[in-house]
Amino acid sequence: MSRINDVGGMVGFPAIVEETDEPGFHADWEAHVFAMNSALIRRGVYNLDEFRDAVERMPPAAYLEASYYEKWFAAITTLLAEKGVATPEELTGG
Amino acid sequence: MSGDHASAAIAGQVRHVETLLERRGLLADGEIDRRIDEFLAGGSPANGARIAARAWVDPAFRERLLADANGAIGEVGLSMSGGIQEQRLKVVANSDTEHHVVVCTLCSCYPIALLGPSPTWYKSEAYRSRVVRDPRAVLAEFGLQLPPDTRIAVWDASAESRYMVIPRRPAGTAGLSEVELAGLVTRNGLIGTAAV
Repeated sequence: MSRINDVGGMVGFPAIVEETDEPGFHADWEAHVFAMNSALIRRGVYNLDEFRDAVERMPPAAYLEASYYEKWFAAITTLLAEKGVATPEELTGG
Repeated sequence: MSGDHASAAIAGQVRHVETLLERRGLLADGEIDRRIDEFLAGGSPANGARIAARAWVDPAFRERLLADANGAIGEVGLSMSGGIQEQRLKVVANSDTEHHVVVCTLCSCYPIALLGPSPTWYKSEAYRSRVVRDPRAVLAEFGLQLPPDTRIAVWDASAESRYMVIPRRPAGTAGLSEVELAGLVTRNGLIGTAAV
């Protein structure tokens, strides 16, 4: 069974939009998400395959709605909870 | 999510998790900024362009590059081992009968060491879904009209394997130096969504 990330050949997505002079990151938080993930993988909190898996098993509707780094942040918090680093409540500040 | 309000909300959530990780000793002081700086300084399309220009002027290098890209790029001081794990690189070269284009249908795999951070369109579901189904139309949208008899090969990157395209050397460039030739090569040319 394919997961939602397996979009090759799928129809119905909007047109491809090319942004001129695109920056590496569009907001500071995106850069922080990128760096946080890199730090956690290098520390062995989880590995790259676990991270990719955590993105790919997002609920399909959430996956399609999220921007690229929103997907990353969702995967990071999923893994931090599953690895017992923090509870979901601690992670959301609730 | 989109818009300033949503962006402010997620920025706050990210800051919250970052603080929590710092308190638990999983992030060192200044580590985030250092990793961001390293990433932004680490790769740029100028690296890929240097490889393409060398391949244009040095047929023996071109042969080595197409046979064993990981080994050959070491000759111009580049490597695929700077990230979290070493990635296998395959370089493919356009010809007058065949055009190559790269995608990662499953996520966003990309030779960052050679091209820098990937553009948002490369990571979009729109590009990933369509370029494997109708590459000729997608390339035309990028402004690249290929003759109908040009064969198109689409390379789907994966966690372990990355691809880069050597564009065709433009006509009328016989007098240019290697550095000047590299200046002609664009990021999209190295992905395959532009002629050069």
